[in-house]
Amino acid sequence: MPENLFKINKEEYMLPGNRSCQGCGLSLSYRYALKALRENTILTLPACCLTVLHGLYPTTSVTIPCLNCTFASTAASAAGLVAGLNATGKTDTTVVAFAGDGGTFDMGIQALSGAAERGTDFIFVCYDNEGYMNTGTQRSSATPMGAITTTTPILTKEQHKKDMLKIMEAHDIAYIATTSPAYPIDLYDKFVKAKRIKGTRYMQICVPCPPGWGYPPRDTVKIARLAIETGVFVLFEMENGKFRFTGRSKSLAEKGNRLPLINYIERQDRFKKISEEQLSLLQKFTDNKWNEYLKKAEG
Amino acid sequence: MEKKDKNISAMSTPAIGEAGFTGDWRDMRPVINHGKCIPSVKNKPACYLCWLYCPEGVIKTGIPVEIDLNYCKGCGICAEECPAKAITMVSEGG
Repeated sequence: MPENLFKINKEEYMLPGNRSCQGCGLSLSYRYALKALRENTILTLPACCLTVLHGLYPTTSVTIPCLNCTFASTAASAAGLVAGLNATGKTDTTVVAFAGDGGTFDMGIQALSGAAERGTDFIFVCYDNEGYMNTGTQRSSATPMGAITTTTPILTKEQHKKDMLKIMEAHDIAYIATTSPAYPIDLYDKFVKAKRIKGTRYMQICVPCPPGWGYPPRDTVKIARLAIETGVFVLFEMENGKFRFTGRSKSLAEKGNRLPLINYIERQDRFKKISEEQLSLLQKFTDNKWNEYLKKAEG
Repeated sequence: MEKKDKNISAMSTPAIGEAGFTGDWRDMRPVINHGKCIPSVKNKPACYLCWLYCPEGVIKTGIPVEIDLNYCKGCGICAEECPAKAITMVSEGG
């Protein structure tokens, strides 16, 4: 890995001294996403942690132009930007929508589905921190079973996580990729690739959140790595419907040495109330998803 | 980017330290032992995993590696990920 490190764009587009938390997984992912996207990019963001990172008027901590929009209209605003750029002949500019899991899985889904159906030429990035972390850890449809949130404080969340990747796959879009801040070079490469492709592109980043998930800020990269090692989150890319594992998930699929889920669960306070039954259900859910991916990779 | 667009009424301009000196948030400070740090030991650009994993981008790749303590929030990811264990977190209070 360190050999490729020198190929990374040295320019910083996310300036230091921003409002992200200590050890923020989003901040780390965003740094590399922007390095890969470079200039000639327009961002559009709903109200989310990323808006906090971008800062308060009249200053911002990001050097790439950005439009702030409402929660439900992220993909719609991106479609508007694309139409505007086309009308003014600026076809070489990439439009990138960045939304959290609330802005993608819950509120943003209809606008995203519409834009994907129309084949709007833009990148939609969902940074999945498995809850409404910006407003204080409320439950979202991306929260895994057994996790404590401020809206599921006693019984924990009783439902499984929504499979947004499958929903996006059903839209037959040009490119789908998942990536993680534990492997910044993989993240960088996927964003560079996504920028070159035309059509609707969907990316999902597994972003650990120290205050929301309940672990010390220094463990962000470790937790993100464990999510991959246990198979909770799978690194893959899908170009025109052709599935392939990438990075660490590829070697896990070849060797079959995935870690048991407990390694990932025990490090996070949000799972402190998970019952034995829920844990086995969660393990089964993860195994089933993993086997689905293995089948996809074969055929 | 610095030019103000007349068509946009509320436009922010980029600046370092948008939230002030975020180094104030820190309770533990990263200290590099240059006797163990790989670029300093080999005296050539190498490793730089601390730079790679810094969520803030406050680490400068060079020989020796430097950390901008004005903006380092003190998360400790660099100390955790350093393969040579050259970075230790020292309490700011003491």
